[in-house]
Amino acid sequence: MIGNFPFVAVVILIGLGIYTLIFKKNLIKIAIGITLIENGTNLFLITLGYRKGAIAPIYTQAPEGVKMVLPTPQALTLTSIVIGVATTALILSIAMILYQKYGTLNTDEIRRLRG
Amino acid sequence: MSSILMHAPALVIALPLLTAFVTPVIGRFNRKTISWFVSFILGLTLLLIIFIANQVLTNGALIYVFGGTEAGLTLPSGYTVPIRIIFHIDGMGIFMGLITAVVSFLAAIYSISFMEQHSGLEKYYTLLLLLATGMFGMELTGDIFNFFVFLEIASIASVALISFRSTLAGEPAEAGFKYMVVSSISALMVLFAIGLFYGQYDVLNMATIASVMQFTQLDKIALVLLVSVLAMKAGSVPMHMWTPDAYSEAPAAITMVLVAASQASLYALFRTTFSLYNVTLNTVTVGWIIIILGILSMFIGVTMAIIQKDIKRLMAYHAISQTGYMLLGVGVGLAVLANPVALENFGIKAMEGGIFHIMNHAMYKGLLFLTAGALFYRTGTRDLNKMGGLANNMMYTTIFFIIGAAAIAGIPPFNGFASKLIIYESVYQFNPLLSIIAMLVSILTLASFVKVFHSAFLGPKLEQYKSVQEVPKSMVVAMATLACIIVFFGLFPDLIVKHIVHPAVMALINQTHYTATILGGI
Amino acid sequence: MIEEMSRIVRTITTLIYGFIAVYGFYVIIHGHLTPGGGFQGGAIVASAFALLLVTYGNKNTQSFLAKDILSLLESTGLVLFITFAFFGLGATFFYNFLSNSGGLFGSPATIGVNPGDLNTGGTITLMNMAVGLEVLAALGVIVLTMSVAAETIQKKEKP
Repeated sequence: MIGNFPFVAVVILIGLGIYTLIFKKNLIKIAIGITLIENGTNLFLITLGYRKGAIAPIYTQAPEGVKMVLPTPQALTLTSIVIGVATTALILSIAMILYQKYGTLNTDEIRRLRG
Repeated sequence: MSSILMHAPALVIALPLLTAFVTPVIGRFNRKTISWFVSFILGLTLLLIIFIANQVLTNGALIYVFGGTEAGLTLPSGYTVPIRIIFHIDGMGIFMGLITAVVSFLAAIYSISFMEQHSGLEKYYTLLLLLATGMFGMELTGDIFNFFVFLEIASIASVALISFRSTLAGEPAEAGFKYMVVSSISALMVLFAIGLFYGQYDVLNMATIASVMQFTQLDKIALVLLVSVLAMKAGSVPMHMWTPDAYSEAPAAITMVLVAASQASLYALFRTTFSLYNVTLNTVTVGWIIIILGILSMFIGVTMAIIQKDIKRLMAYHAISQTGYMLLGVGVGLAVLANPVALENFGIKAMEGGIFHIMNHAMYKGLLFLTAGALFYRTGTRDLNKMGGLANNMMYTTIFFIIGAAAIAGIPPFNGFASKLIIYESVYQFNPLLSIIAMLVSILTLASFVKVFHSAFLGPKLEQYKSVQEVPKSMVVAMATLACIIVFFGLFPDLIVKHIVHPAVMALINQTHYTATILGGI
Repeated sequence: MIEEMSRIVRTITTLIYGFIAVYGFYVIIHGHLTPGGGFQGGAIVASAFALLLVTYGNKNTQSFLAKDILSLLESTGLVLFITFAFFGLGATFFYNFLSNSGGLFGSPATIGVNPGDLNTGGTITLMNMAVGLEVLAALGVIVLTMSVAAETIQKKEKP
């Protein structure tokens, strides 16, 4: 039962991220919401590789006859973190341009494109 | 020379990627030559894709392994683990690859004159080449995490290109922000579904997942996530809110490439439902869901398009509506997949119509967006109320607009008529009401394009447009190439359907063939 | 104008940013033996750049870190990465042609508990260095450009 605790944390993180995206009006808070969803998904990927009683997958420190955790989800998570850095940098730069052109960071007032 | 051509699938990705990173270095020394250099490289990529298409259409599916000579690792016990990243190119993948190659090559040629006065030009071409790389990777790969990486590359490059003109006004940045939020959520939900697959089956190779798939509760959650977010990226109703803003604020050549990028997500949706979940899926239910998404997109797209004043926003709503045709055709094929009699009678024909419509839509919608860009280049506005009487000044643009508008409305002898006729006939045998709705939408499409033609081109000459001339030569060449392709596809649709579309449809329908190719190889 | 910080902060930064950069390069080079690699080490070196920027302000840092040179380094890193992938075209793309060959990084790796030999790894080590160079330049350019833009917005708000 206690082994399910990381998955509960994943659900809480993704739920908080979706709540922030839907109900908050500041552009920076929307960017933080996207980051929360991304952190939840990364945690989910790493938790999939855990095996009970295993050691870290570093081959220069592995004695004989001991199990290792799966290293493939760690590579997937690293790729996802790099993509998340690029996404966050781009979305914050666009938020800076929007503040410069519109004078406000509130999504209720940045609505010139409609219809 | 033939040894280099054996590595053609890798060169299709590597050549634009290498050029994308070399372009800023060249741009520092000589600014004028980078546009010609990029067009040349994208032309080489088009030739490579034609070579691969020739090979795939005669010999069957092609597999290319990265990083090793075998696709799997054979353990001492005799069990083979599929660990390498592979490119699995079959009929459907190379069909989308052909569309992407033609569209990005013509976008680069159009941009030679269109973006000439802009500053920061080397960044524009870097981003265009990265977008082309992302789209090629999405369409040719056989590994599901590789698909996610290329999806993110294409999304980030297209967001940066949509907000490219934000030094002048604020609207492109607003459109870019909305598109970034939508595509981030889509990609993260795709990653969650990939995690669900990996946690159960321990493989990342699409054909291997398809062969060991049992339809458990977690697989149902993954199916819901994948269908909804891939339909969101393709721009179908009810998730279409980003499409008018993003398509209207991007530069004209980029909008054409964005249409092809949305169709790459549509390809991924078809690949998921047909090949990944192959025989375990209840095809009638999922087929009807895709049909309902198609009908909603068609109808809401065209009714919102009639009332628009901005020419590119109107064309973007029409893009949503035409995506509905593709979803309708392939959805009918999916719904009758388990029924061999109905499949033989009209199911294969419906899928042929839907998939042929993908290629036709990229061509004529691209031509229409390029003419809208030509109007913006000479008059400086996109508002239909301010334009008028331009047919005397811009003769070539008028002719190309007439060809594009006739193609989208489904008038013979252009290519829209060929694919729409196949869809009408086959969907009528499935359910007559759907076919009648499709014909009604086609009439409304014709009405809205007659309105655009009248406001922009006909009428008396206005004072402020007296000195407007024809657009520069490279833009005319790009538009003329698309117009020739439209006329050729309209006059000889049988050739295209028999040689290019039918292998694509067969690659989707023969579900066991997808897994047999990779497992036979290992 | 983003101003510089007090004398205590400036002294500590002058002493310590070199050590942060060296630690970042250590993480990049030993990517095939210990946890780390190209992206992680590059992010550590870029955080040294961010420390300099916060401490000394915008104008003084730009004489030390020019944006053009960083942009050129970024393109060089990426071109090197793709070139190393092209070199394996004898067998297939991205093939590791240097591993177990006795050449540049080509000693075979010993399995079991050992301190680890830097000479192993093949093209993985070279690609780690190319990616590390690219990431430190790219994150440096991002941080510098954002600080210049923030200063422009601040100056427009002031009067």
